[in-house]
Amino acid sequence: MRIIVCAKQVPDTSEVKIDPKTNRIIRDGVPSILNPDDANALEEALLLKDKDPNVTVTVVSMGPPQAKDMLIECLAMGADECYLLSDRAVGGSDTWATSNAITALIEKIGPFDMIFAGRQAIDGDTAQVGPQIAEKMHLPQVTYVQKFEISEDYKKVTVQRQLEDGYEIIEVATPCMLTCIKELNNPRYMTVSGIVKACKPDAPIYVKSAKDVECDLSKVGLEASPTVVFRSFTPAPKAPGQIIKGEDERELSKNLLAKLKEKHAI
Amino acid sequence: MAVVINQELCKGCKICVKNCPFQAIDFDETTRKATINEKCTACSVCISKCPFKAISKDESDEVDLSAYKHIWVFAEQRDGELMGVAKELIACGRRLSRDISPETKCYALLVGNNLGALGQEAIEWGADGSILIEHPLLEHFNTDGYTKVICDAIQEMKPEIILYGATHIGRDLAPRVAGRSNVGLTADCTGLEVDLEKYKAYCAKETTLDLSTLEGEDPNDKCIKQTRPAFGGNLMATIVSKKTRPQMSTVRPGVMSKQERVPGAQGEIIKVTPKLEESDIRTKIIKIVKEAKEMVSLTDAKIICSGGRGLGGPEGFKLIEEFANKVGGVVGSSRACVDAGWIGHEHQVGQTGTTVKPDIYFACGISGAIQHQAGMKNSKLIVAINKDPDAPIFGIADYGIVGDLYKVIPMIIEEWDNFSTAL
Repeated sequence: MRIIVCAKQVPDTSEVKIDPKTNRIIRDGVPSILNPDDANALEEALLLKDKDPNVTVTVVSMGPPQAKDMLIECLAMGADECYLLSDRAVGGSDTWATSNAITALIEKIGPFDMIFAGRQAIDGDTAQVGPQIAEKMHLPQVTYVQKFEISEDYKKVTVQRQLEDGYEIIEVATPCMLTCIKELNNPRYMTVSGIVKACKPDAPIYVKSAKDVECDLSKVGLEASPTVVFRSFTPAPKAPGQIIKGEDERELSKNLLAKLKEKHAI
Repeated sequence: MAVVINQELCKGCKICVKNCPFQAIDFDETTRKATINEKCTACSVCISKCPFKAISKDESDEVDLSAYKHIWVFAEQRDGELMGVAKELIACGRRLSRDISPETKCYALLVGNNLGALGQEAIEWGADGSILIEHPLLEHFNTDGYTKVICDAIQEMKPEIILYGATHIGRDLAPRVAGRSNVGLTADCTGLEVDLEKYKAYCAKETTLDLSTLEGEDPNDKCIKQTRPAFGGNLMATIVSKKTRPQMSTVRPGVMSKQERVPGAQGEIIKVTPKLEESDIRTKIIKIVKEAKEMVSLTDAKIICSGGRGLGGPEGFKLIEEFANKVGGVVGSSRACVDAGWIGHEHQVGQTGTTVKPDIYFACGISGAIQHQAGMKNSKLIVAINKDPDAPIFGIADYGIVGDLYKVIPMIIEEWDNFSTAL
């Protein structure tokens, strides 16, 4: 059985800060990481591989050449091989165009039984690429997967799909697309031997161009994307508030509540 | 963009017929040639499959954007109950429709089975009319069925804009519909405007955008300007889809405000008969489990008492709960506490949790990461209680207390009744 895992290298947004003078994002020194939900997707595939050595885990990604670092991490966690679609022609793609490009890459790789993807990436938070790859590949999908089981013959999958106030139990036949959330599992750490293997020059990380995967250039990249950024900016900073003064906690509390009362809030 | 088969080059091999995922290619037995029917979605699968290069995409016939009219709101219902976000988006869609033109209408799109009075209810929440798509196979949400009937309805009725709630259902459905319709979709919008002047007013209030950069824009272009956070709320972007219709957005629950319900409001109810078969739906719902824990209605709460990492451990939420009980509030949490397993994810406020705007938001031991701020900064009053005077939360708080929350909160609880006017 072959499992495809969709992964993305993202800036660690919890480390992103705004320059208070220029109101611009400070990107320097912000570490790039494997997108958290994608780590859960990879972990679930690796759990299947732990049980059955005949399972192959293939990670696919799209991004700049440095995204290879993230793929090394995937290999060191236990993936068998990684493919990176890296080409200026696919740069600036929105979710629709990205799904076209990744679909072309997956089709080039060949037959598979299942695709795991993270629910969403923390840089864009759209949660759109997984379902849109499924749409382009005509696969059924289940999103927000928090629990996963597969039949012994790998033909049928039973999952829990998280809802706001509970969950659904859903059955679906393979091949299918499942998008994973953090409740699904705890991603493993890289192993030392895995890191050594993944860093070798002949490690199975394959970088492909748009031409290599024969993607339709009229459906990828900035120009082909139906959505465009009209303007971008930082949110307006809020006027500074007031620090409540007081001798002790009781006075602090009284002074605060007096302010809230003054504002007719309580 | 339509797919065409060159009848001269077609050899009648039927490979395209077999490969079409949408049964959109017919084989004409008399001419022995393949032809495209109306089910074609221009997905282009057939183009690469044809061994004779007889199939191509006609790029010349640009989509006639003016053929697309009116706003649809996907009025999500679960078990026959209209979701809060549907009501919020109906009010939003109504406002936008008036800004486009007096003739533009806002329709609630209801998908399900035996929807009964929901069409009328949507009208009472502000929709000009309701479009009802009912079928036994649509009883519960399923991606395949809902996507198919909505895409079919889009093809037939051509709406200009569709808004969806960014719920676990909306975020499953909308990308699929956008993918099949080959149109743009903008996720988790926090601001929607069609009118340029109103967009400018929004930017002046909420953003740091230099308004002079908008001077060259056409005031008559009523494309929807969809503003959303990116990079965990550090950056905002306004997204437009100028070339494709319908334009689609998802909006988080709690971001827009619903309007007063008008009992007996009049509106048109349009019933659409969907074409749907059991084989269209590839997933099977075995069971729907409602979790026994009480529903946390953060979106409707007037007061929220939220705890963060500063609580030091799960037992800290006992104090927060006591605080919330005293002030008639609801318990919220930062992501850190949810990730640490101190409290359930249904309490989480922020970019990946719930967006809230209560009258008072008490942030207790919350440092105020930008992702958290994204979910609560529109609260009317923000009170921060934190030991660290440099915590970013003080930057957006209206009132701050620098101190030990374990000492401060019990005092607020003690003093509350001496100040509160509520009985």
